[in-house]
Amino acid sequence: MNAHTRTGAPLPQQGQALRPAVRFGAALSALLARDLRLAWRHGADTLAALLFFILAGSLFPLALGPSPDLLRKMAPGIVWVCALLASLLPLDRLFGAELEDGALDQLLLLGLPPSVVAMTKIASHWLTTGLPLLVAATPLALMLDMRGADLPVLLVGLALGTPCLSLLGGLASAIVLGARRGGVLLPLLVLPLATPVLIFGALAVDQARLGLTYGADLDLLGAFLAACLTLCPLAAGAGLRAAVA
Amino acid sequence: MFPPLYTNSAEPATRGEFTRNVIDDAQGLIVRDLIVIRNDRLVLDGVSFALAPGAALMLTGPNGAGKSTLLRVLAGLRRADSGTILWNGAPVTDPVAQGTLVAYLGHRDALKPGLTLRENLTLASEAFGQSPDAAIAALGLAELADLPARMLSAGQSRRAALARTILRQSPLWLLDEPSLGLDTASIARLGDVLAAHRAQGGIVIATTHVDLPLPGCETLALRAPDFTKTVPGGLAAPDAARAPEDWF
Repeated sequence: MNAHTRTGAPLPQQGQALRPAVRFGAALSALLARDLRLAWRHGADTLAALLFFILAGSLFPLALGPSPDLLRKMAPGIVWVCALLASLLPLDRLFGAELEDGALDQLLLLGLPPSVVAMTKIASHWLTTGLPLLVAATPLALMLDMRGADLPVLLVGLALGTPCLSLLGGLASAIVLGARRGGVLLPLLVLPLATPVLIFGALAVDQARLGLTYGADLDLLGAFLAACLTLCPLAAGAGLRAAVA
Repeated sequence: MFPPLYTNSAEPATRGEFTRNVIDDAQGLIVRDLIVIRNDRLVLDGVSFALAPGAALMLTGPNGAGKSTLLRVLAGLRRADSGTILWNGAPVTDPVAQGTLVAYLGHRDALKPGLTLRENLTLASEAFGQSPDAAIAALGLAELADLPARMLSAGQSRRAALARTILRQSPLWLLDEPSLGLDTASIARLGDVLAAHRAQGGIVIATTHVDLPLPGCETLALRAPDFTKTVPGGLAAPDAARAPEDWF
């Protein structure tokens, strides 16, 4: 039994050219760049989530009536619910497309831990869905007659909350990967988990509108993001491993 | 002595004979008594073989004999229920490290139709620090490198996937029907690529239903599993043997 037996590291010792050296950072940035390039080439998918966000938000004035007082009161909730639903749209393709064409096997063989692969895919989901939603939130909020002074609170909340939605969504889509009717299961898994984000995100704007302190709500959103950042990639990575097995 | 727990479905010559006299510190790959159970059925029943650097193994057998499963176990994508894989005498246990040891070519070519052929290879070339041009040229794809992958034919896609295999610079190649869809000239190129890999001390394990250009390779014939035989509860890790679609 030699030292390798104890460490379990399968190092090639043949003294020849075949010594695969994974460049961790290069692999990560190449994976992220690939996903962003794919999102750019298939721009309709990204645009679909954005248009859904705007359109769903515009339905509320039609259904509730154009009373400015009512809309102003409901605006934070409307923006947050629409952002949550819109971020669900691209989720079933996040890992599903990779599983179908065999690319997931190759991603897991890059020498990166599965959780890191999952985290990179989640980051690309946020960049292609969460970030555009953040940009589109301002026009939607103004359309619902939110005061300009409350906008920064909404945007800070969304900046903390949309990564949570991407992380929870990535977790759920990795878990339902390969399951029959995964697309139906996905929202059923994500929506209950996302309720804290919804509650504190909307509450912060509400507090600001009423002139109360909203720091605690944003703090709790940040704490939730910290928890999601540490836990979701690990669970998503385990889900990816289970899906290819 | 105790009777064996499970009878062997593989030929006796493929079990144990290769490894009986091999010492633990041997170079190359040693696989011992690999058992895989799926849905309470034995898929691989005690597969053993040993391959020195530069060697090649052709896996043959009828559909459903477990050829692809064996490759996925060797790639670390799937866990074996029992058995050992030794690389240069050290047991391979960490699936992440196992991923860099192997270059796996699956049934599907894993090309994104929206990206060009070169862009499809960028991830592997960046991750392993290789320029994609040599691999593209080796498989005769230079003129197609900037075409979107959706415009490639089945054989051209297969060659692109083989180019990615080269880029990884891994000592152990696991090829699932590498010649699928290739024309005669491409099979000759594949032969050159395989020979170059073996000349560098690389090992090739390929499943096939047709002859592959692998001179001097060993052949391991897997037998179709006996589906009347069940192994309720599996061996040690029953969850590993259950397909994820059955979890819901």
